[in-house]
Amino acid sequence: MDTLEQLTREARALANGTPISPAEAELGRVLQICNGCRYCEGFCASFQAMTRRLEFGRADLHYLANLCHNCGACLHACQYAPPHEFAINVPRAMAQVRGQTYGDFAWPAPLGALYRHNGVALSLSLALGLALFLWLAARTDAPVGADFYAIFPHNLLVSLFMPVFGFAVLALGLGVRDFWRAVTPATTGAPVNAPAGAEAAHDVLRLKYLDGGHGEGCNNADDAFSLRRRRAHHLTFYGFLLCFAATSVATLYHYVLGIPAPYDWPSLPKVLGAIGGVMLCVGTLGLWALKWQRHPLHGDPSQRSMDYGFIVLLLLVSASGLALWALRGQSGMALTLCVHLGSVMALFATLPYNKFAHGIYRSAALLRHAVEKRQPNTLGLGGE
Amino acid sequence: MTDVLIIGGGNAALCAALMAAEAGVRVTVLEAAPREWRGGNSSHTRNLRCMHDAPQDVLVDAYTEEEFWQDLLKVTAGKTDEHLARLTIRASSNCRDWMRRHGVHFQPSLSGALHTARTNAFFMGGGKALMNAYYRSAEQLGVTIRYESPVDRLEMEGDRFVAAWVQTPQGPERIAAKTCVLAAGGFESNREWLREAWGQNARGEWPAENFLIRGTRYNQGTLLKHLLEQHQADAIGDPTQAHMVAIDARAPLYDGGICTRIDCVSLGVVVNQAGERFYDEGEDFWPKRYAIWGRLVAQQPGQVGYAIIDSQALGRFMPPVFPGTKAQTLPELAQALGLPVETFMRTLDAYNQACREGHFDHTVLDDCHTEGLSPAKTHWARRIVKPPFYGYAVRPGVTFTYLGLKTDDTSAVFFGGRASPNLFVAGEMMAGNVLGQGYTAGVGMSIGTAFGRMAGRNAARVARAEEVLHGHA
Repeated sequence: MDTLEQLTREARALANGTPISPAEAELGRVLQICNGCRYCEGFCASFQAMTRRLEFGRADLHYLANLCHNCGACLHACQYAPPHEFAINVPRAMAQVRGQTYGDFAWPAPLGALYRHNGVALSLSLALGLALFLWLAARTDAPVGADFYAIFPHNLLVSLFMPVFGFAVLALGLGVRDFWRAVTPATTGAPVNAPAGAEAAHDVLRLKYLDGGHGEGCNNADDAFSLRRRRAHHLTFYGFLLCFAATSVATLYHYVLGIPAPYDWPSLPKVLGAIGGVMLCVGTLGLWALKWQRHPLHGDPSQRSMDYGFIVLLLLVSASGLALWALRGQSGMALTLCVHLGSVMALFATLPYNKFAHGIYRSAALLRHAVEKRQPNTLGLGGE
Repeated sequence: MTDVLIIGGGNAALCAALMAAEAGVRVTVLEAAPREWRGGNSSHTRNLRCMHDAPQDVLVDAYTEEEFWQDLLKVTAGKTDEHLARLTIRASSNCRDWMRRHGVHFQPSLSGALHTARTNAFFMGGGKALMNAYYRSAEQLGVTIRYESPVDRLEMEGDRFVAAWVQTPQGPERIAAKTCVLAAGGFESNREWLREAWGQNARGEWPAENFLIRGTRYNQGTLLKHLLEQHQADAIGDPTQAHMVAIDARAPLYDGGICTRIDCVSLGVVVNQAGERFYDEGEDFWPKRYAIWGRLVAQQPGQVGYAIIDSQALGRFMPPVFPGTKAQTLPELAQALGLPVETFMRTLDAYNQACREGHFDHTVLDDCHTEGLSPAKTHWARRIVKPPFYGYAVRPGVTFTYLGLKTDDTSAVFFGGRASPNLFVAGEMMAGNVLGQGYTAGVGMSIGTAFGRMAGRNAARVARAEEVLHGHA
């Protein structure tokens, strides 16, 4: 039995590789200390997954980093946090490796570099998106107050957005596939089963690990718990989904039912879009404000511009979408339409290279966790 | 003007502050440490030993008053006060709802600590999370909290507290109050005092020079010494008695906390500097024995021990923070650890030959033991033969000292056998009333919580009504 355990451990360590980047080395150091303490075990999945390990190879680190929701609870509770000489900051060490994995697993690989220059990537894509639609708008001679298919014909929009969106889905899919392949051997290798899938879906959709482990929420500016970040994220996430649903339903209306836009209140596309747009607006404003107040030791400071950029882009998409409704038939509509479509284009074009990836990789990590926790723990530790 | 002045900023101090504030009086807390180091040793704790007659949320089965008392009696070898011990035990059974109201969250026993699932309620996030909750609650209740405010002396009128003198950057400041709770910890961080208390041994060593302090650097015992020497407060306990465990010799001098422990003792052997074994490593489960190894190592030459294991032990104990010394053969390991190879090998060979391996199981008191070896290893005795071999140097790690102020069931400080009408004590400063020696996990927090709450309640009562308390020692 012993030999088998040892062989398993050695095989896993070999497949897992040893940490190489400074961020990975730091996370390895941090987790070695955390694993000797474990006081934070009740907060989240990252610590529960950590306790199943004695060593932390690359794949373990990539997996654990993506399980971490950067809630901050373990930093405020940490007896070894700065100014302690151990200088343990789990959320930061996790965020740094997490940021690295987005770049490492990006497809195609050279574009992973966009994560290191995310401000440039985002501003260029937004500028190009705006330029594209302004240029297209300038070419039409549609009268002021015309509906927007007079400015941008439906088929033109579909031919522009479908390839970009398709590419984003493909790139994210291939990235997360590589991530999955890398972390699966380090997470028992067991296949996904229905209960694990259901639990992971629950944890993702309810954002379980922003509840603090006790339901009072996560930390933001200080050691007090709050559900505001979780709620703002829910508004953002579900607002985004509703907007996406509105677009999908509208596409069905157009091609299947033969009902062309514009859709008036209370048609389904309009209802979904209006509610989703408001939720997305409120959610992103909330996330923005919360990030502004965020404790300076949370997360990776070098990723803040990426986070803000993504929040602002989503806000721009939702606010311009709502403005379009308000401005229908008025002179500002064409310009607002260009801003809306340009920002949606920038969002879609950068989906595989911006903050959006966090949801995909984290969901994958949560699914591996739900699988791993159902496997027997091979460690039998006695303790103090 | 403050009604109740609390000196200290750990668990006992904040329990007192919260109780007093709940009673509606004005409370000031003086914490010696800066904000980021607040909470004293409480920030390193993780659980509370709790009596309960039936399963309670995170606690399984039952842990009755009698069983708790017997455990305490055993670890202290009778050096305890039954009245105060039982008071602590009973208070541990009904304090957790109050703690929850002040924002403390509990979680089931941690992985690697499942043996405590019945006896100990774990704080979610550990002691620092608990202290954060208490401080938040205290601020909400209007308690004034002053950091970096060490108190070095009290102004007394006989046995009555008048004022405390705080050292501030602007010089000494006098803070008067109607009543005062002392909860400023033991003297474990004061290495000079430890050195003096432990003195010189027969080998001419000053053992305490080699001690590490597991917790805060702020428990200098200044006020304890002041009370004992300037005001002749009644003392309790032996200054060499403390909660002491064997920890990694590479741990930092202060604040190494729990992760510096070395939990592989019962899975291998422990030798001293001379390469010889000195105690039964398998006497009982490690959780029941970890608290005696600090003193055992303190009695060895150089106050150092070396825990030796082979690869069979890996994965069966909590992972140490610092990597162990590793070697492919035992003589190489001895050399790498700086131990006399010949003696070391004699010890290991004798041990290996004496092992009578039955069915090894580190989760029960198994039948693997030595025969004809002194000292014997009575459980988990497996031959140390499978490379690579690992060695960990261990030193005594002091958690907190037991010399303190004598008190009774009102938490009052005593002077010449008379209870002070308005000066109270709680936490490590009086833990020696219950713990004459030895330790059992989580009982320090039980004492701090019981006496902290009592001291706060009584201090508020006296401050409001000028009531005279009648206690029973």
